[in-house]
This record gives sequence, C-alpha cells and structure tokens, in this order.
Amino acid sequence: MDVKNIWLILSGKGGVGKSSTSSQVALTLASSGYKVGLLDIDITGPSIPHFFNLKSAKIHQSSAGWVPVYTDSSKNLGLMSIGFLQPDNTKSIVWRGPKKTAMIRQFLSDVVWGELDYLIIDTPPGTSDEHISIATELQSYQGNLGAILVTTPQEVAAADVRKELNFCKTVNFPILGVIENMSGYICPHCHDCTNIFSKGGGESLAKMYDVKFLGSVPLDPKLITVVEGGNFVTDYKTTDVANVYHKLLQNLVELK
Amino acid sequence: MQTEPLQTPLHCPGTESEQAGRDSACEGCPNQEICQSRPKGPDPDIPLITEALKDIRHKVLILSGKGGVGKSTFTSLLAALIADAEVDKQFGMIDIDFCGPSLARIAGVPNEQCFGRDAKWTPVYAESNLGVMSISHMLPTTDQPVIWRGDKKTGLIKQFLTNVDWGEEGLDMLFVDTPPGTSDEHISLAQYLKPSGGYGALIVTTPQEVALQDVRKQIDFCQKAGIPIFGIVENMAGFVCPSCGGKSDIFVAGTGGGRALAEETGVPFLGSVPLDPRVGMCADSGKDFLTDYSASPATLAIKNVAVNLLTEMGIELPEYLEEPESAIEPAQQTVAV
Repeated sequence: MDVKNIWLILSGKGGVGKSSTSSQVALTLASSGYKVGLLDIDITGPSIPHFFNLKSAKIHQSSAGWVPVYTDSSKNLGLMSIGFLQPDNTKSIVWRGPKKTAMIRQFLSDVVWGELDYLIIDTPPGTSDEHISIATELQSYQGNLGAILVTTPQEVAAADVRKELNFCKTVNFPILGVIENMSGYICPHCHDCTNIFSKGGGESLAKMYDVKFLGSVPLDPKLITVVEGGNFVTDYKTTDVANVYHKLLQNLVELK
Repeated sequence: MQTEPLQTPLHCPGTESEQAGRDSACEGCPNQEICQSRPKGPDPDIPLITEALKDIRHKVLILSGKGGVGKSTFTSLLAALIADAEVDKQFGMIDIDFCGPSLARIAGVPNEQCFGRDAKWTPVYAESNLGVMSISHMLPTTDQPVIWRGDKKTGLIKQFLTNVDWGEEGLDMLFVDTPPGTSDEHISLAQYLKPSGGYGALIVTTPQEVALQDVRKQIDFCQKAGIPIFGIVENMAGFVCPSCGGKSDIFVAGTGGGRALAEETGVPFLGSVPLDPRVGMCADSGKDFLTDYSASPATLAIKNVAVNLLTEMGIELPEYLEEPESAIEPAQQTVAV
C-alpha cells in the first residue's frame, strides 16, 4: 500500500459524528490538493455512501483489485465502503466477528488506491472485532499512523471515549488529538447558542490524557441540509463548519 | 439464522449449518477455515437459557442500527416510568453494549459494584423494584476498555441471561439495552430468546435519513431473525430554544422521519420525543428527569410512548399511566442551559 499517512477516526460512542468527521476531514484535505482515500470499516452500519450522496454507486472490479468510488473527475478523493458492494443497501448485513475481520482484511489488501497522501479510516463505535482487526492489520504499516478521537461534550459520551483512548494506548496507536463535535447549537431564530449536549467534555478529556485538543465543532443545521438533500462535495464550502474544519486541521497539516 | 454474505460462494450452506466449511461450495471461500473450526449446530446452552428465562414474563429489546440515538437513555427512562407505575411488580434492565456501556450511568448507578450470591450476580438497584445489570458494575475502573471479540461478548450475554439473581418472584419485564449494528450481540440475543418467547423489539431512531438508513437495516434484521417488533420511537425530534422559545429541527427529517419509516415498513409508530437538553444533563448526573421535570413535553411524550408500547404488547395499563395530562411547564422548571 503506497500511503503516506493513515488517520483512524475513532470514538467509543456511537452517533457522535465519526462518519461526518471522516467525510469532512477527507474532503478538506482533498480540496487542498492532497490525494485522499476514505475507507469505511463500519460493516453493519456504513454511512459514508450517504454523506457523499452516492448510495447507488458501485465498486468496479479491475484486474488489480477493487477500484474506489471517486467523488469527482480530479480523483483526489476515493471512497470505499461495504455500502458500495451491496446489491440492495436497505438490507441488513448480519455478520459475526470473523466475517467482519475477513472483509476488513480484504479492504486493506484488495483496493487499488494508487498513491495516497492520506487514508482516512472511518470506524464503528466500540473496541471489538473491527478495532482489534484493524490494529492487527496495521501493525506492519510503515508510514505515519495516527488516531483522531471524536466525542460529544456530555459525560455519557466522554466516558466511552476514555475507554477508546485507553484502547489506543493498548494497541500503540499514536493519538493525533480529540475533536469535540455537536458542541453547541445556534438557534436560527434568536442566534443564542444552546449547549444541547453540554460543553467542554472534549477539552477536559484531552487535558486529562495529555493529548492535543484539536477544537470544537458546533451543530450546523446547514451541514445537515447539505448532507441530507444537497451535494456535499460541491456545497460543503458554503457551510459554517467548513471553516471550522479548515482551521482545526491546520493543527495537523498544512492546508491551502 | 441465515445470513446474506457478499463474498461467499453462491451455494453457501450458511454459517450455522452442519456442513459449514465442509461443503463443496466452501472451496476457495475466504471464510472456509473459520466456518470449519466453529462448533456446529444450535448452541447447547439454549435449554439452560430458556429455563432461566421462564420467570421473566416480558422481554423488551431496545434496538437501533445507529449509535447515539438514545437507546440507553430511552431504556432507562421507559423502565423507570413503568416501574414507578407498577410498584408491586419487579423490573430489570441489562446492558449488553459491553464496549460502550452507558446504562448504569444514566440510571444513576455508575460506580456501584455488583456482588455474587450463591454463584449468581445480584443486580444493582436503581429503584426498589428496578434492577440494573451492566459490565460497568464489574470493571475495576470505568476507564478500562473492554477489548473483546464477538465470542467473548456472546459468552457474557449468556451469563447475563442465566446468571443474575432477580429475586424469588422473577421479573415482570426485562429491558435489554443493545449496542448499534447487526452483529454478534444481536444474532446471539435473537437465538437465545426465541425458544422462551414473550419478547419483542422497540426500535429507536432519530429523524434524519443517515440514522433511518441504519434503522431500516435493523428492521430488516428483525424480520430475518423473526424478532417481533412492538414499534418505532423517534427521539430528538425538534428542539425548542430555551432563550426565545422558537422551534427548530436540528436533526432534519428530510425523508419524513420515524413516522414515514414506520409506514414504509408496516411497523407501529409509538411516538416522537422532543430534544430536551435537560434529558442529557440528567443522564450525565444520574438525576431523575421524569420526576424533576414531570410536566415537560419530553416527559409527557415518553409517557405516551409507554402507553402505546404496553398497548402493543397487550398489557393492561397501570392506573398511573391512564390519566391524560397536558404539557404545562411551571416557570421554575425552565432552567438556563
């Protein structure tokens, strides 16, 4: 695999915005000219095809392996998800651990990414089969490996993310930093900010574990509208959070 | 249960089959070795589980394909509400999300340890008639990760079903809080509960399509696995600004939300619960939202869901839940957030 950097997007908790973060990180890097791959290893609940509004796209099999789905003709951003392999993506994938492991192994060995600056890996919540497998598979990886942990501000989420941080330590994943997502919501009527899921959980978590706090990202209804009905790839830059991510990622990488 | 793998051969005999890994169709399949080494046939512990479950009259699984939609919060609130309405009956909750357990904290018993008696675990009681069993009650520190593959998780589910001392009368209702997805925990649970009957699923979703698409898969899973569905609840529907009282949808129901999904799949719709920041605050601190904010629209919505759920289950409503109430919120309850 000719990949310079691999970033894992992790969180112990579900629904904190791992896929949303992965998509935005990948898109921000790609629009800065980097060659980026986005791999979704959430086998039973893949969300990446939905974010890019590519639910009916299919993976092509070439002689070299699986060709990722590209978001535009620049081919700066390639996507791979089990959602692209299913004939009918309203049907469930009911798999126990060993099958998920086999699939992840295939994702890492059989996809023709080409040369990549960044491979972003979106993960399911927890510290189970998928996580153990990806840690095992990446053991021999020679490039720069790092994990970005996503949490929401409230204690119920931070408690699970602490477990994930300890998991990263156990398997020797270097931690790039913590992102606090869904941090506040600006009322469209009065522009007052409400901390729906409380505030500051991500920052105090980062402090406690002595890892970098990359920043907090507010709930942006515009982003949800763009994802749910619009064109994420072209319209993302019109959202407020696009700037937030641009700034946040400059903690880690040079951006245009 | 038959699964629908993608990479497996056309004539895959199924992972539970006696021929798994040995059939001629298995030649060349990447999973052949795994299937070959797995024990064959139905789980030999199922009769034991069925025996242990005979004193539990109703079992409600709280499911959702998606994480973070409020499964644990909803499990806890619903169980507390029903237990409070039926003080002379016994209720229990178990959390089988071993890698990300939240139920104990939300139920207000995050740090308690559970103890064994006569080789059985005694649950931690959140209310006098509501016991909680979670892996949080067994870990030395709450920050310790549980790095387990499926087989180990399945083993503990079995123990949670057979090895908990719920008291002599057994339970009137057991609520099972689950992790997101359709994998080991869900497959095992379906297999373990099927022979004893008296069970069904309550499906929780949030309004936006990114959640609904996973929930649709969960419903498909329930249908494949033969799990009866009591209904769908839509959580985090609509937000009322505490500053100006203006209503907005944070999680936009672009495709019609939970109600449309219920219609599309032919599953009863049990109700919508609005997004109230105080629910999360109470969950963090283990406070009792239902008592502290008894007249809030969220409390009334949850009551309404409880009534609809019990009706779907064919259970007679306790008196407490029969009284209709209106959502009038006293001024002192409106706290700044």
